[in-house]
Amino acid sequence: MTPDLHLWLIPVLPLVGAAVNGLFGKKFPRQAVAGVALLFSGAAFALALLVASRFSSLTTPHVEVLATWIRAGKFQADFSFFLDQLSLVMLLVVTGVGFLIHIYSVGYMWEEGGFYRFFSYLNLFMFFMLTLVLASNYLLMFIGWEGVGLASYLLIGFWFTKDSAAAAGKKAFIVNRIGDFGFLIALFLLIKHFGTLNFDQVFQGIAPMGAETGGAGLLTAVGVLLMVGAAGKSAQIPLYVWLPDAMEGPTPVSALIHAATMVTAGVYMVARSHVIFERAPMAMTVVAIVGTLTALFAATIGITQTDIKKVLAYSTVSQLGYMFIACGVGAFSAAIFHLMTHAFFKGLLFLAAGSVIHAVGGEQDMRQMGGLRTKIPWTFWTMTIATFAIAGIPPFAGFFSKDEILWRAYQASWVYWFIGLFTAFVTSFYMFRLWFMTFFGEYRGAAESSHHEVDELGHADMRVGVPAPHGHGHGGIHESPRLMVVPLVVLAVLSFIGGWIGVPGALGGSNRFEKFLGPVFHATAAGAEGHRGTITEGEGEGPESQAGHATELIFTGISVFAGLLGFLLAWQLYYRNPLLPQQIAAGLGGLYQAVLHKYYIDELYAALFVKPLIAGSALILWHGIDQDVIDAALDNSAHGAREVSDSVRHMQSGNLRSYAGWVAAGAAVVIAYMIWMGTR
Amino acid sequence: MVPISYYLVLSGILFACGVTGFLIKRNIISIFMSIELMLNGVNLSFVAFAAQWHALSGQIFVFFVMVVAAAEAAVGLAIIIAVYRTRETLNVDQVDLLKL
Amino acid sequence: MTHLIIFLLFGALCVAGAVNLLVQRHPINSALSLVVVMGSLAVEYLLLGAEFVAAVQVIVYAGAIMVLFVFVIMLLNAGEEERTKGSRVAMLFGIPGMLVGSVLVGWLLIERTGNQTVSAGALPGAPRTIGWLLFHNFLLPFEVTSILVLIAIMGAVVLASHPDSDQGKKES
Repeated sequence: MTPDLHLWLIPVLPLVGAAVNGLFGKKFPRQAVAGVALLFSGAAFALALLVASRFSSLTTPHVEVLATWIRAGKFQADFSFFLDQLSLVMLLVVTGVGFLIHIYSVGYMWEEGGFYRFFSYLNLFMFFMLTLVLASNYLLMFIGWEGVGLASYLLIGFWFTKDSAAAAGKKAFIVNRIGDFGFLIALFLLIKHFGTLNFDQVFQGIAPMGAETGGAGLLTAVGVLLMVGAAGKSAQIPLYVWLPDAMEGPTPVSALIHAATMVTAGVYMVARSHVIFERAPMAMTVVAIVGTLTALFAATIGITQTDIKKVLAYSTVSQLGYMFIACGVGAFSAAIFHLMTHAFFKGLLFLAAGSVIHAVGGEQDMRQMGGLRTKIPWTFWTMTIATFAIAGIPPFAGFFSKDEILWRAYQASWVYWFIGLFTAFVTSFYMFRLWFMTFFGEYRGAAESSHHEVDELGHADMRVGVPAPHGHGHGGIHESPRLMVVPLVVLAVLSFIGGWIGVPGALGGSNRFEKFLGPVFHATAAGAEGHRGTITEGEGEGPESQAGHATELIFTGISVFAGLLGFLLAWQLYYRNPLLPQQIAAGLGGLYQAVLHKYYIDELYAALFVKPLIAGSALILWHGIDQDVIDAALDNSAHGAREVSDSVRHMQSGNLRSYAGWVAAGAAVVIAYMIWMGTR
Repeated sequence: MVPISYYLVLSGILFACGVTGFLIKRNIISIFMSIELMLNGVNLSFVAFAAQWHALSGQIFVFFVMVVAAAEAAVGLAIIIAVYRTRETLNVDQVDLLKL
Repeated sequence: MTHLIIFLLFGALCVAGAVNLLVQRHPINSALSLVVVMGSLAVEYLLLGAEFVAAVQVIVYAGAIMVLFVFVIMLLNAGEEERTKGSRVAMLFGIPGMLVGSVLVGWLLIERTGNQTVSAGALPGAPRTIGWLLFHNFLLPFEVTSILVLIAIMGAVVLASHPDSDQGKKES
């Protein structure tokens, strides 16, 4: 008898919060709005903890059906929730990090207009994300999938009066939709072949199927299409272009949606569908290649960006690439491990960046920062921990997860490993570049001088849709309020210790994380053949694994070395010799310009797709169909009616004799007709 | 012994003359008289058919037609007088205020 | 034989009167032609044996209605017709239409009736018989037409009265 954990409450509570804030929040005072938002997201987190505490007593997977939704012929999809180890991990990450970011947002957004709207959207996002994570069939997951896209659009375009924000919101939504198209076709294929979208039923249906080594087949198609959807949601090549633009939204949004949770939905979905991928080696290869290329590509762009949030955005794209590499080589638990640690340190990086931006009065350009470490110590130290974590320096969290991925990648192909290693070096370099430029050296900005005169952005602009300037005009650079610092500290602690549950055997740990996720990823691995990556390392310590441990240690050392190399290079270029970067940039000339402009991909897309589409739409749909067919039909029919009546009205001339004439003619016609009928 | 068709042809000729008069004449009273001519033509055909079918109701009908024609003549001429009063003309081409 | 001659004679008179009505320009001439037509028609009716109808034709039609016409022509001082711009439609559609209609009907009648003949005085319509029919079989129409006549009288009086005088009570 499965105990009823009321899983449905976990997504629904934030929904209630969103509704309350959305419908009534305009009239509430700020404290009430914040209270409502924190209450409901906190309640969701508490429930998640409760579920976690009871988890060991459950049989997995634990399914709870809330209500029947669609029943059409043989197809049935319900509102039902699914709990297994994977869901639990995602659940805790989403609710935990989400709750912390809610707390932070209260402080960050305190002076913004549309306060209630922000929290309504944020809670709405939580609802959809939790639906996505807890869904037990692809259709409900798709609802969550689309919903987080919607919430992302709403939040990116939060300051909707700003053209760039509104455009960025649209771009995010539209590019997401392109990925969703692939996702939908995959769903259709699943329905056609398995008649259901429930996870357990689909996976049971797939279990007896063998691997499609030929590189083509149903599962390969489904896998590739699912990857298309994941590429849209998780910002991989070629659909990553929306994520850097999404930085137009408020920083907590970037932290929650575009670092910790929404963009990881693609990884979660691929991991959840691992049964499909394990039997489609070609699809796995596609995933791995896409991940690898994206990781490298985004990292190279990250070195040249000057906006602190853009650097972090490209960093997110790059780290997501790592997760897809892991999925592509079959190391799904490693991907989820990295997802979790990434949520910690990337969330922290964004929040700390927000704190920095808040401190320097809204400035986001790193060239205008510098020397902040003494002025905003809490922010500095937490961001430092996060930077070390992302660079993969032990014993911080990112080291263990990234290392795991690199090791597994090597076991599949040294190419993946090498590119991943190089990307790790580049990652470390640009992160420490950011660190040095922001916190060290001399302050190059303007906020410090604004403490006596009230700058033209004087007091907070409370108009809806306009970002409030964070220069309060009272004393320049200052540390953020406690409400913002506490989440930073919590996340910093997690970034430090978060990797310790996944310490691999090679380093003396027992990789409890992988063992925990074991039942999810290995229960159905029995049918998959011919793929090396599914062998776990943590089971047993036979002599064969000892040799494996030694190799692993060597590789670990190499990746730590790459991280340190990045640190040294950044130290040299941005601390010791600050003029050197510009000389190098000038020396590289065109190449540097290309990277600076993101390889002109946005321009390419605009020329290839956007402009032709708009032109075609204007020409064909607007002029051709709307104007020339629909409008013309209406106009012409009206015109025609006029013409007809115009010609007919001459009959009514007021002249008696013409009437008589018509009568006589008509009578003749009638007589003729009757005679004809009579003689037939 | 006259073939019935002779009567009917005569009736037809009278009717056709009536219609022609209605179409050609410009004086409203003349038009009215053409109408009376039409009615008379029809009366003749009624009586002819009554004689052929030995049905007296044909002649009764003629009686009623005459009554109606009388009533119509009275009212019609009254209208003509009223129109003459306002329009000062009996020419039907000049009374065309109802045109569009 | 005599039947035929009398028929043809008065038939010709009818047609001549009708054509004259069309040709004459002064309405009074047209009215007098119409009287001739009605008189001839009365004879035709007699030939068919409809005595009562012939009598009524002369009394009512020729004697009352035509007199009414003549009075109105006199009252309105109707003169000769002027030539005004007519209606093209009447000429273009009306005359041909009328011709076509009459030809068709004529052809049909001749064809259908074939060689059937009527004799003189075929159906005697004595007043007694007519009267009996009127008051037995056709009582309702008879009464209704009386009301119709009443309405016509009222209508004529109202329409023809002077607009600013009270039913002609006040004499100028």
